[in-house]
Amino acid sequence: MLKFFEPNKIFLITSKAPKYVMTLFIVVLSIGLVESLILSPEDYKQSHSVRIMYVHVPAAWISLGIFSSITILSLSGYIFKNKNFFLIAKSLAPSGLVFNIVALVTGSIWGKPTWGTWWAWDARITSMLILVLFYLMYLLAWRIFENKEKVFKITTIITIFGIINVPIIKYSVDWWNTLHQPASINILSKSSIHSSMLFPLIIMTAAFALFSLLIFLMKYNTELIKIKNKGLDRL
Amino acid sequence: MMNEFLYMNGYGSYVWSAFFFTFLSFSILYLVIKIQYVKEKNKFISKFGALDSEKAQVARIQNINKEILSSSQSI
Repeated sequence: MLKFFEPNKIFLITSKAPKYVMTLFIVVLSIGLVESLILSPEDYKQSHSVRIMYVHVPAAWISLGIFSSITILSLSGYIFKNKNFFLIAKSLAPSGLVFNIVALVTGSIWGKPTWGTWWAWDARITSMLILVLFYLMYLLAWRIFENKEKVFKITTIITIFGIINVPIIKYSVDWWNTLHQPASINILSKSSIHSSMLFPLIIMTAAFALFSLLIFLMKYNTELIKIKNKGLDRL
Repeated sequence: MMNEFLYMNGYGSYVWSAFFFTFLSFSILYLVIKIQYVKEKNKFISKFGALDSEKAQVARIQNINKEILSSSQSI
């Protein structure tokens, strides 16, 4: 099964996929924007400011999902001695970082009209800020260390420490008294969010996921070409 | 109607700035990654062009090299 992850085979797909993903992203995003900015109702308490949720929440979810994926890939790469897992993990990181920053900034913008402040050292916000630092450390490690074995080891260690923060982010609203409300969407039990708001949220999450896939594919192709450039030097 | 949509009961500046920041970040990320991709691809094409015919033939055996050269990825 691991042979499926050989770059030579994957590139045949990844080099053609971005244009289709881009088209799909534009279509889904257009539907998502109409839903979230026009069709979805305003909140009875927060009024129109609730619309910030449609960019803030998907960005936070995806940044957490990407970091978890990076950790699994790095560990798998280390266990199975598969360099391509590291390459996939590295290609996922830039979009993860940007989604994390988007979640923090849009959260800050949302905080002003709802809480009366741009920033608070609240458990959820602080743990999300810590995640940005882990993303930065991860990306910096790839830039700093030349030796491949060393960079694989260091990035894996960073992700292992970073992943401890992910459940803290998720449960911070239950464990501590924070400004954030508890989760409105539960997979296992009934969600407290109304379907008129849940639908645009799902559409925007799908659009953001497609964008991160697009960025991943472009970055991954770039990394593969970089490797091939080195290969040409050795010929 | 249009003003109402933009004003959003006084929350317009917050909502629009959040959406604007999101899509500005997306655009910057897309452009940075695109520039890196084009740079690496151009480097590959010029290096490949500089190979002598024997080495070029060896390099051409690999599907991935052929794919990079023929790739007309416009995104």
